[in-house]
Amino acid sequence: MRLLTWTVLAVGLIALLAVPFFPQVVYPIFVMKTFCFILFACAFNLLLGHTGILSFGHAAFFGSGAYITGYCVKYLGWPTDLGLLAGMLAAAALGVIFGALAIRRSGIYLAMITLAMAQLVYFFYLQAPFTGAEDGLQQIPRGTFLGLLDLRSDITLYYVVFGIVAAGLWVVWRTVNSPFGAVLRAIREHEPRAVSLGYPVARYKVLVFALSAGLSGLAGSMKAIIFQLAALNDAHWHMSGDVILMTLLGGMNTVFGPAAGAVLVSAMTHYLDPFGAWVTVIIGLVFMSCVLLFREGIVGKLGKILKLNTNFQTDAAPAPGRLEKSKSEG
Amino acid sequence: MRNARVLMTAALTSACIGLSGLSTAVANDNYSDGVVRIGVLTDMSGIYTDLSGRAAVEAVRMAVEDFGGEVNGVPIEVVHADHRNRPDVGASRAREWYDNDGVDMINDLSNSGVANAVAAVAKERRRHAIVNSSSTIGITNDYCSPYATHYTYDAYSLAQGTGKSIVDDGGDSWFFLTVDFAFGHGLERQVSEVVREAGGRVVGAARHPLDTTDFSSYALQAQASGAEIIGIASTGADAINAINALAEFGVTPNQRPAALLLWFDDVHALGLETAQGLLLTNAFYWDANDETREFSKRFYERTGRMPNMAHAGNYSSTMHYLKSVEAAGTDDPDAVSEKMRELEINDFFAQGGYIRPNGRMVHDQYMWQVKSPDASEYDYDYMELVTTIPGEEAFQPLEKSTCYLLED
Repeated sequence: MRLLTWTVLAVGLIALLAVPFFPQVVYPIFVMKTFCFILFACAFNLLLGHTGILSFGHAAFFGSGAYITGYCVKYLGWPTDLGLLAGMLAAAALGVIFGALAIRRSGIYLAMITLAMAQLVYFFYLQAPFTGAEDGLQQIPRGTFLGLLDLRSDITLYYVVFGIVAAGLWVVWRTVNSPFGAVLRAIREHEPRAVSLGYPVARYKVLVFALSAGLSGLAGSMKAIIFQLAALNDAHWHMSGDVILMTLLGGMNTVFGPAAGAVLVSAMTHYLDPFGAWVTVIIGLVFMSCVLLFREGIVGKLGKILKLNTNFQTDAAPAPGRLEKSKSEG
Repeated sequence: MRNARVLMTAALTSACIGLSGLSTAVANDNYSDGVVRIGVLTDMSGIYTDLSGRAAVEAVRMAVEDFGGEVNGVPIEVVHADHRNRPDVGASRAREWYDNDGVDMINDLSNSGVANAVAAVAKERRRHAIVNSSSTIGITNDYCSPYATHYTYDAYSLAQGTGKSIVDDGGDSWFFLTVDFAFGHGLERQVSEVVREAGGRVVGAARHPLDTTDFSSYALQAQASGAEIIGIASTGADAINAINALAEFGVTPNQRPAALLLWFDDVHALGLETAQGLLLTNAFYWDANDETREFSKRFYERTGRMPNMAHAGNYSSTMHYLKSVEAAGTDDPDAVSEKMRELEINDFFAQGGYIRPNGRMVHDQYMWQVKSPDASEYDYDYMELVTTIPGEEAFQPLEKSTCYLLED
């Protein structure tokens, strides 16, 4: 069983590395976009799955990453790597502000606070002179990475994005499987008990908010570099909804489940395009059947079937009931 | 064993190389991959579906069929996709089409953000993009390239049409109801400039968010401003709601609304009772002459609706592109671009139309007035011609354009 897992992983990795050379099979820029969503969803799940906080304002971090990177690279002439860093740090700072305010409540109230603040951010980008409002911040130069790699080539960009996303996912994995992650799970399962054990719960929550926001911002920053534009819909609340959808489809009790959800959602919107307006209906139906038939998500269900628990599952606690519980607490 | 594996790899690699070599050998030398492929990138599911959408795809298909389905013996193919009003989705689809799917020209491009993004991709990938249903003058300024063409209308022509004619007609104090977006701001700025130049004055503006349904407070602000003309700098549902609200609050008989971008379909949706007397600048009206009627009837038979100016532009621009490909004898973007700017456009849509170096297609614009219900004699008999604005006046003068191609 072990061997099978590793073989599948190795084949998958080789296939991903080979993508830029077979653009006819799967389009590399589509794969890069999916990478961004994978990082975004996994970062989001640090809050939802691992700390039990439902944020409904993650588009603000994703969009801020995109806009700040775009602004630094296009108007200030910063190199791309510094631009990405600036986008990530700005989003993390925003995450601290969101977190500090939002964690005073829990459940649905917390979600509403994050939504309200994300809307503030959205309207800032709608009106700020440098964003170009609904036309978006366009023609962002791709530049070079670390002064060495010319990102104008899609192949180079692909490997850079691949590397950054892999590093981001490693951070997520490391966070979950660390003493810090264990405290987060303690907060999720029984917050009063974590408090009584002496953990500064508020500080942990703000920190994980910042971490999740920073990685989401990094995902947004990369999207801005890939498409050379930052658009208003990156910061729109639809994006916050999309990331929740990805996470729930993939499975929020797993570390990399949201990645599967992200792949599924972006593949559906990409390949079902000929159906026009029906795409949203199809995604809705898929989501409904997922919620009704396997609430632990695709990867959660698969993991259960294959009984792989050490690598992919952090615990065997069933997903249902958690959100309801935190709602009633709030 | 090891030898066998090496042999296998070598065989596979050479097979791959051989196959790719074969496919290029089959293609006609002058035509990339042996097909002239046209992509229609439009809104299939959002707010602009009704203005362009599926009917835009039909308009392009009609042009291809009327052209004979092939150009110099090379087949023409039409593909379409939904940009969902997201610039990033539009840009990534355009890239994929240009890079992977051998699309030579992308048409329609509703939504200004998407149009700008695709124009930028077209410039980078050196392939054609023709903008028909959005108004952004960025296409012929900052985003211009030899491969981007702005065909039907733009914000400048709307301002020159409606704005100037109304001031000349005596309506010299203006109040704007503007959708709070780059599109609305741009339109308001353009029209204010024209109004001031023509000797009028702008007394104020109220900004409303996109998709506003309750215009009561805006209508009252407009009333309180005392301006003669209420300029409506929005389009589609917003413009319709604003006009309805102005009528309901009794603003309209004393102060006149001027819709800055009103589509034929909007007039249809408003109904003549509410819309009567409105002035609008459109590049095309189905009932203008025998040629437009002939095209519109065929379009109606296929789609069950009358074409608006974007549909007519889609047809006419596709025709012009194909004629240019035929004349150039290749689909090489540079050669086609040269031919497109060289050949004159004469069809039901434009007479003596030509494309400027910055990609602006120059042709006459028309100002229409919506008929009263009594004056309408048959279905879709909605408008009558007020004035014709010559192309040279309707569009931004070349010396004002910031296009880099004009620098030397």
